[in-house]
Amino acid sequence: MITTLLSGDRMGSRALTAILAAIVLALAFAPFIFPGTRALDVAAKVCVFVLLVASYDLLLGYTGIVSFAHTMFFGIGGYGVAIALSRMEVGWAALAAGTLAALALSLALSFLIGLFSLRVKAIFFAMITLAVASFFQILASQLSGLTGGEDGLTFRIPELLRPRLAAYYLVFGAALALFLALLRVVNSPFGRVLLSIRENEFRAEALGYRTVVYRTIANCLGALVATLAGALYALWLRYTGPNTTLDFAIMIDILLMVVIGGMGTMYGAVIGAAIFVVAQNYLQAGMKALSESLKGAPLLPELFHPDRWLLWLGVLFVLSVYYFPRGIVGQLRAVR
Amino acid sequence: MKSIDWKPPLLVLAVLLGALLLIGSPSTWFTLTVAGVAMGLLIFLMAAGLTLVFGLMDVMNFAHGVFIAVGAYVAVSAMKLASGAAGADSLLVNLGALVPAMLAAALAGGLLGLFFERVIIRPVYGQHLKQILITTGGMIVAEQLIHVLWGPDILQLARPAALKGSFLLGDMALEKFRLSAVVIGLAVFAAMLVLLNRTRIGLLIRAGVENKEMVEAMGYRIRRLFVAVFVAGSALAGLGGALWGMYQESVTVHIGASMMVLIFIVIIIGGLGSVLGCFTGALLVGLVANYIGFLSPKVALGSNILLMVLVLLWRPQGLYAVGK
Amino acid sequence: MPEPLLTLSGVHTHIGHYHILQGVDLAAPRGELTMLLGRNGAGKTTTLRTILGLWRASAGGVRFDGQDITRLDTPAIAARGIAYVPESMGIFAGLTVHENLLLAAREGPLRDERLEWIFRFFPPMKKFWDLPAGNLSGGQKQMLAISRAIVEPRKLLLIDEPTKGLAPAIIQNLIAAFAELKKSQTTILMVEQNFHAARSLGDSVAVMDAGRVVHTGRMADLAADEALQTKLLGLSLEAHQ
Repeated sequence: MITTLLSGDRMGSRALTAILAAIVLALAFAPFIFPGTRALDVAAKVCVFVLLVASYDLLLGYTGIVSFAHTMFFGIGGYGVAIALSRMEVGWAALAAGTLAALALSLALSFLIGLFSLRVKAIFFAMITLAVASFFQILASQLSGLTGGEDGLTFRIPELLRPRLAAYYLVFGAALALFLALLRVVNSPFGRVLLSIRENEFRAEALGYRTVVYRTIANCLGALVATLAGALYALWLRYTGPNTTLDFAIMIDILLMVVIGGMGTMYGAVIGAAIFVVAQNYLQAGMKALSESLKGAPLLPELFHPDRWLLWLGVLFVLSVYYFPRGIVGQLRAVR
Repeated sequence: MKSIDWKPPLLVLAVLLGALLLIGSPSTWFTLTVAGVAMGLLIFLMAAGLTLVFGLMDVMNFAHGVFIAVGAYVAVSAMKLASGAAGADSLLVNLGALVPAMLAAALAGGLLGLFFERVIIRPVYGQHLKQILITTGGMIVAEQLIHVLWGPDILQLARPAALKGSFLLGDMALEKFRLSAVVIGLAVFAAMLVLLNRTRIGLLIRAGVENKEMVEAMGYRIRRLFVAVFVAGSALAGLGGALWGMYQESVTVHIGASMMVLIFIVIIIGGLGSVLGCFTGALLVGLVANYIGFLSPKVALGSNILLMVLVLLWRPQGLYAVGK
Repeated sequence: MPEPLLTLSGVHTHIGHYHILQGVDLAAPRGELTMLLGRNGAGKTTTLRTILGLWRASAGGVRFDGQDITRLDTPAIAARGIAYVPESMGIFAGLTVHENLLLAAREGPLRDERLEWIFRFFPPMKKFWDLPAGNLSGGQKQMLAISRAIVEPRKLLLIDEPTKGLAPAIIQNLIAAFAELKKSQTTILMVEQNFHAARSLGDSVAVMDAGRVVHTGRMADLAADEALQTKLLGLSLEAHQ
């Protein structure tokens, strides 16, 4: 049964299986294992980012395209829900309308971007998506009547989701279901075509696959899932603003998670997001202690200052790209 | 430069004239134009190296913004060291602070560029995906290191005393610093044109951008040339960062990353690998940003994207496509 | 017999997963024009590129002018006196005719007498001196590519299908130019599909098939022996006659 759920995607390593099982169990019972609002916040954030990073892995790891516009789709989902819930009568209809409108917008945008730039080099696509994403960021802050500008939108959610427990299990359940759906996609014939395009675009083209079509579909799929992740995150936070969705820093976070976890593995998204979000919330405490113990030494206290945690993840990222291109998952699979 | 395609420069001219008609007041138009040209030339300084490196070696460095930021931060430190000279009431003494600060910024950018080329980018030649990832990672680390060295706060970067304020030309106000930026930008552009069109190294660079393999088959080692161009481009980015920091009078670590969007737009508009295109594109971006900023401030920030889309609809390869 | 200027012995070249050259043995005698013939995909272009180090030989050796050049990189090989005219011609379209030649003259300024010599073969080079090479016609581009290769004396010219895609009148023109060039005793290794051109220019000949040299000899002998032509080259070349 589990194999079917995972679409036959073998984990290929006992350690990996154990870690994944531990993460999933911890998330499933988070409200009971980890008391306190902060811990539940962290757990919900992990769920959302697992989904967001997995949808990005579909692009980067399985299709070999680097997009800097993934946060844009994440933001569209967040704003769709936020705008609908703050303008319409709070309820399921508003939630559905907001989500559907966001999905439609994301689909249209990702299709256009793909059509416009996927036929050219990876570099060009990365540059264009960066420009488009920054444009969208500006747009969101300029259209403050609609989006709340820099302050963002705070809104009320449907009655049923107001208890934190209910909201958490909506986030958890939806993230799990969508992740399993993504796993199905990459293990389908479609997913295998994507992989063959990544490995050798020229040959895939020669075999008769219209690479642009496949890439555009992957781009759209990734965008749609990112949109849903954004909607879930907005529901959890009951707030959407530029800093929680559109910020370029989040794009960097996604890149770090997918590469450190393991590109092209899907499971890497789970591990990457878990490590990252936990590190973001708890690593700083350790660094603070370390930094204080180094007081007096030149430069070292600053290097280990709690605000510099991204420095060390950045170093890990660079080393990963060079030495462990399949990230933590790849390493675990290699040792068996 | 025997047969220039004149349509792109004519486009710049059309933008200049169109803006004059829309704005109406010649003095306002003139002030905006100077601001736009100054901004455009500074962007050109920062972007030129990146586009050449791409043309030569098919390398796109997403960490280019770090060279800009480092240049700006080094300028902050240098100007602080020389604050006496910078605040003095004589242009000559001011220059005694400004010139070394600019040189230090360029040097820092160049050295960091050398490190990046040797250590970060060299192992991933020919692998676009890894290039994008690795240079983005390098940017994350370098930005954090800037925080370590200079602290997380916004720093002030004051202009030297003699370059503060404006000239008055009739009823037209001309910011002195903008004029200086125009002068420096034009001087660098002229120097680049001479280097590219009148020297053997320039000949090699232009040929290498078109067909690297053929240049090697003629017996030239293009790798060394590439490292030199990379370092020179990084140094220009450092210089541009220092000037841009002074233009804004403050510096944050995001100064480079925020410029990168504009730089990419300029490079795409100009045609990847083309210096002339980069120059024309930078002028267009600078002018349009200032004109639209005056005419319709709401649209201003997005005007560059619209410009890019329009140019790409007209010429999908950019203004000056480099023949490959 | 003196050592040939260029010798390939047992050269294998892989491109990606493909094993293109499978043990090429080839010699280019000094002062002669050696024609490299064979059908498409036989490995002729790969042979030229391997000599120049643009592809790496995975086994075997290349000797040039008494020295082993197998492991040298392309600029070092070219600097030993080899010029290359690729099938794509490799013209720098954004550079003028003058600049293209200037770049090819590695040793220093262009020498007037050499230029006059080149202009004798290829008058359009003089006429379009300051025109960007991208504006030249196909035949003129080929003339420029060859002019570049001979703008300074080189020991060996590698020329890949110079007549490809050109009009018959221009091909005649080129053949005449090469005949003139041969008088300067330059050693040339030329790939050619046009048997008429090959027969009128070649001194010696090597025929390739499936990554190997399957026949070597004098061009005159091959030209006289129609049965051998058919056997080695099939009918594809007859069509060009």
